[in-house]
Amino acid sequence: MNDRALMWKNLWRKPVRTILLVVSITIAFAILCVMLSFNDAISNVRTLPTRMITLSKINFTEPLPMAHYDRIARMEGVAVATHMNWFGGYFQEMPRGFLPVFAVDPETYFQVYAEDLQIPAEQRDAFFNDPTAMLVAAPVAEKFGWRVGQRIPIKSNIFTNSTSGDSTWEFMLAGTIPTPQGSSQTGSVLIHYDYFNETRTFGRDRIGWVPFLTTSAELNDRVSNAIDQRFANSADETSTNDEATFNKSFTAQLGNIALVITLVVGSAFIAILLIVGTTMALAVRERTKEVGVMKTLGFSSGRVLRMVLGESMLLAFLGAGFGALLALGLLAMAAGAGGGGPPVSLAPSALLWSALIALGLGLLTGLAPALQAYRMRIIDALGRR
Amino acid sequence: MTDLIRLTDVEKNYTRGKEKISIFDKLTMRIEQGDFVAIMGPSGSGKTTLLNLLGGTDKADKGAIEFDGKRIDNLNEGQLTAWRAANVGFIFQFYNLMPILTAAQNVELPLLLTKLAPKKRRENVATALKIVGLEDRAKHRPREMSGGQQQRVAIARAIVSDPKLLLCDEPTGDLDRTTADEILGTLQVLNRDLGKTIIMVTHDAQAAKFAKRTLHLDKGRFEQAELAA
Ligand SMILES: Nc1ncnc2c1ncn2[C@@H]1O[C@H](COP(=O)(O)OP(=O)(O)OP(=O)(O)O)[C@@H](O)[C@H]1O
Ligand SMILES: [Mg+2]
Repeated sequence: MNDRALMWKNLWRKPVRTILLVVSITIAFAILCVMLSFNDAISNVRTLPTRMITLSKINFTEPLPMAHYDRIARMEGVAVATHMNWFGGYFQEMPRGFLPVFAVDPETYFQVYAEDLQIPAEQRDAFFNDPTAMLVAAPVAEKFGWRVGQRIPIKSNIFTNSTSGDSTWEFMLAGTIPTPQGSSQTGSVLIHYDYFNETRTFGRDRIGWVPFLTTSAELNDRVSNAIDQRFANSADETSTNDEATFNKSFTAQLGNIALVITLVVGSAFIAILLIVGTTMALAVRERTKEVGVMKTLGFSSGRVLRMVLGESMLLAFLGAGFGALLALGLLAMAAGAGGGGPPVSLAPSALLWSALIALGLGLLTGLAPALQAYRMRIIDALGRR
Repeated sequence: MTDLIRLTDVEKNYTRGKEKISIFDKLTMRIEQGDFVAIMGPSGSGKTTLLNLLGGTDKADKGAIEFDGKRIDNLNEGQLTAWRAANVGFIFQFYNLMPILTAAQNVELPLLLTKLAPKKRRENVATALKIVGLEDRAKHRPREMSGGQQQRVAIARAIVSDPKLLLCDEPTGDLDRTTADEILGTLQVLNRDLGKTIIMVTHDAQAAKFAKRTLHLDKGRFEQAELAA
């Protein structure tokens, strides 16, 4: 036996109470870890200063006419433009099979997103040359066990295939895209716009949005103004922004959610702080006599203080550890379920924050009872009887 | 024989609100190494207070307290704590064992304060439990034991670090006659065979008979005739 074993035994003196505490701390830390990991994944996407995006002024789900793309591509200051269309894809079933499938113009798309599309030439050519080909982010192919050369049936929850009459398209997997941290292609599935456009039953010749590169970032403002003015007062007005601004406005919407979550998690932690704090205080008060005995036996006040503080630390870190594990499980489950985005892994920063918060939680909840035990005088603790 | 404990002109007061209560005023006594002293006296006469002063769990206001020729009344709290761990074993009326620990772990507790190797510790614990006749109860928790057995564990805990002095505050106050006599017999053995100096507070004249001598405390004073002895 040693002090640590003693702390551990003290912690489990009332197992039900301790389990309830650990569970509530675990949940709070799991939410924290998941939230921070998502935040990390979103804010980590790399951007290119010359890359801009034009989309409908109404919102990004509103399609634009194909003619817009042609005009933008020919505008002064635009180096190369491409276009993307949301397919609403999934494999086999929702939500597990959710896939962010984009119908793109392959050649221009490879120019606009060149830095994230470094794939073997034969895979690229296989994609370019077969209208029914698709490219998939490597983790997606891995998740579903797809192999290059395989034909994969992908369903759309928006469009109907005019050749088959149902919502299924078959695509040939031409290659996979490696997606390191921050890649713009994380989770992506790319198909040919032309093939998709010809085989869909409605919405023909309309596109989702237009990403393009300017010849120089200094021209960004001028180009975006020119584009939006060009389509002002038309049936399809546009909004053009550089990629960073676009991402920011997109995450700003998520940001509001994040704020709400922060408040929720924050209040959860305050509640836990109070609960654990009062429970620890109570636990030590229940042990008043034992503290007196320990001191009588020759345990110094400092040692008693360390043991009480250690106990609350143990509790906090136990909860934080389980919370991180739970978050790991939840994120893996979310990745397995699809659930609307690229897979998110547990962010190292989430672990760091968890450790810091656990330290604070342990200190704050343990300090008062530890000091109480420290100051306790033997004759008072052992009482008059 | 040499004196293990020497109290000289010890003064102890408590304040309750604004009122000052004098417990001891110029209390002087000496206890020899190897003695077994019973202290009797009416409730409130200061018996527990005296044990607290002797064990360094409470401080005297004035006077000198010597242990083994060294003064302990001027030690600070940290020094007193270390001194206590090395020199004094405590036995309480209500055993005061840790409910979460087994008998063996309770006995081991004072050894956490030593630098003994785990193996040596286990040996010492086994020896202490054997002395009190509880070697077969090592794995039991206090709540699984009778009062008498719990008090035996407490005695084992008090002697495991081999202190010179044992302070017992009504060690049999919660036990029936037979069990009490067994416990007192054990104390006698500790005194006689292991040379422990024992100071035992008791209300029970029968119990006091197990000691070598009895001191009567009343209103903070010992009966003069006894002290002279
Ligand atoms: N912490 C304290 N504060 C104030 N007065 C105290 C305190 N401790 C003890 N006293 C007083 O000191 C006196 C002696 O108390 P003590 O506990 O030493 O008596 P005792 O002889 O052990 O009595 P009992 O036989 O009832 O255990 C009592 O009058 C008691 O009220
Ligand atoms: Mg008393």
